[in-house]
Amino acid sequence: MPMQILNLFAALMLLLTFAMLGQRKIMTLIQLFVLHGLMVVASAILIAYQTHNHHLYYSAALTFAVKVVVIPLILRKLLLSLSVKREVDPLVNVPTTMLIGIVLVIIAFNLAIPVAALSSSIASGTLGIALACIFLSFMMMLVRSNAVPQVIGFLSMENGLFFAATAVTDGMPLLVELGVALAVVGGTLVVGLFMFQMREHFDDLNVRNLEQHKEE
Amino acid sequence: MSAYYEFFSQALEMVVALAAAPLLTGWVNQCRSWLQNKTAPSLFQPHRMLHKLFTKEAVIAETASPLFRLEPYIIFGCMTLACGIIPTLSTSLPLSPAADAIALVGLLALGRVFLALAAMDIGTAFGTLGARREMFVAFLAEPALLMVLFSVSLITRSTSLTAIVYDLTHRPLAIYPSLAFAGIAFTMVLLAENARIPVDNPATHLELTMIHEAMILEHSGRNLALMEWSASLKLYAYLCLGITIFFPWGIPDTGHPFGLILALPILAAKLAVGGILIALIETASAKLRIFRVPEFLAMAFLLAVVGMLVHFLLGA
Repeated sequence: MPMQILNLFAALMLLLTFAMLGQRKIMTLIQLFVLHGLMVVASAILIAYQTHNHHLYYSAALTFAVKVVVIPLILRKLLLSLSVKREVDPLVNVPTTMLIGIVLVIIAFNLAIPVAALSSSIASGTLGIALACIFLSFMMMLVRSNAVPQVIGFLSMENGLFFAATAVTDGMPLLVELGVALAVVGGTLVVGLFMFQMREHFDDLNVRNLEQHKEE
Repeated sequence: MSAYYEFFSQALEMVVALAAAPLLTGWVNQCRSWLQNKTAPSLFQPHRMLHKLFTKEAVIAETASPLFRLEPYIIFGCMTLACGIIPTLSTSLPLSPAADAIALVGLLALGRVFLALAAMDIGTAFGTLGARREMFVAFLAEPALLMVLFSVSLITRSTSLTAIVYDLTHRPLAIYPSLAFAGIAFTMVLLAENARIPVDNPATHLELTMIHEAMILEHSGRNLALMEWSASLKLYAYLCLGITIFFPWGIPDTGHPFGLILALPILAAKLAVGGILIALIETASAKLRIFRVPEFLAMAFLLAVVGMLVHFLLGA
């Protein structure tokens, strides 16, 4: 039964990744990202409980604090203060994106099957889903021209990596440390990428320029 | 004894479908009104409307061909048969070997083809517009529906609906992530196929945004009554199909008359919950622009396909 719940979490994570891929509204995107983070946290707690691995509890707590609370808050505040366009179209239209998404999922699942066969962990079956989430998040970064969805794509990719790490190796202490480090890096990169994107395009951080840029 | 029982359960199921389908429509409308802070119409409003329409004279356009006259009966027949195939009250149905889940999709498609043909038959602009849009929506929704049914069939190793119910109710309770995907995809298809809000507005008076209403503009009297009734039956059939696939518990399989009596309130409760959910979705979402509909249905198709893939990966 815990295995099935974990599979359900993994499936929901994939579902949320797809929802993020097709979502135009940035605010909804952030909410979906919060849910995405919650799935990762929940599955980490579940694996920690199953394997009695206490390190995983800490990394789950840290992920919760960073990915579910702090980063979405920062993004939301930034969005509200920047008053940018709330709805952005992806570069590739949504049905095409979805079809490419199916192909990516098939590739990820096929890649994962031989790897998962080697792993003896309780959650090796979910590796394919984690891999698919990573691919899809990567595609989200590619097909979005706006900075915020790109940042969210990056962060959900990190979610996928963390999930893959916990799923395949039951969260070894080293990987736990790595997850923590990645989470912190993720946090700094959010702000960093945002500033970088804006400065690269406009040479200053004036928010009005962002609207002009949207009309291109 | 068993043959009589089967015949009786089949007859009961179809009678219940015919009587309950307008009630379900009334219930959804009532919930919608409540959610929108309006005074709700009576639960029996669709029945009253059917009664009114059946007593009125049917006016048919001069340019109408026999196809147009026959169409309401064909569609009504298709939808009634569809309701008879889907096991709602019992799994021992004489009609169920006649058609499995794939044939059911075909049956619904047959009704749709006639609906579109008859709408074009008169030659008015709105009918043609509605028919084209209907086919536009349907050709995107149908593969998604088939994929949903396939992923359920993969789990139960059968495409027969009664076998699916029997299999699902007789296996230990387990979580199927693939069914979660299929469930969301099915809900999206249900909304699209039944002219519900993200795709079409059933209460619209603006001809340019109509899909289903535009097709039945030329019908009147008993023809219109049959069309409205068929639309109710279609919603009922879809909701029952959803219940059959995703929440089959409570559908009896033994030849026990007591099971039938117990199955009726369970079905009513499930339908009531389903109606509330539809009303909630309709109230919470805005109607999509017509060219956003392919995105909506592409999402449904994708979710159904991913559900199948997840089944292969996780074996559940």
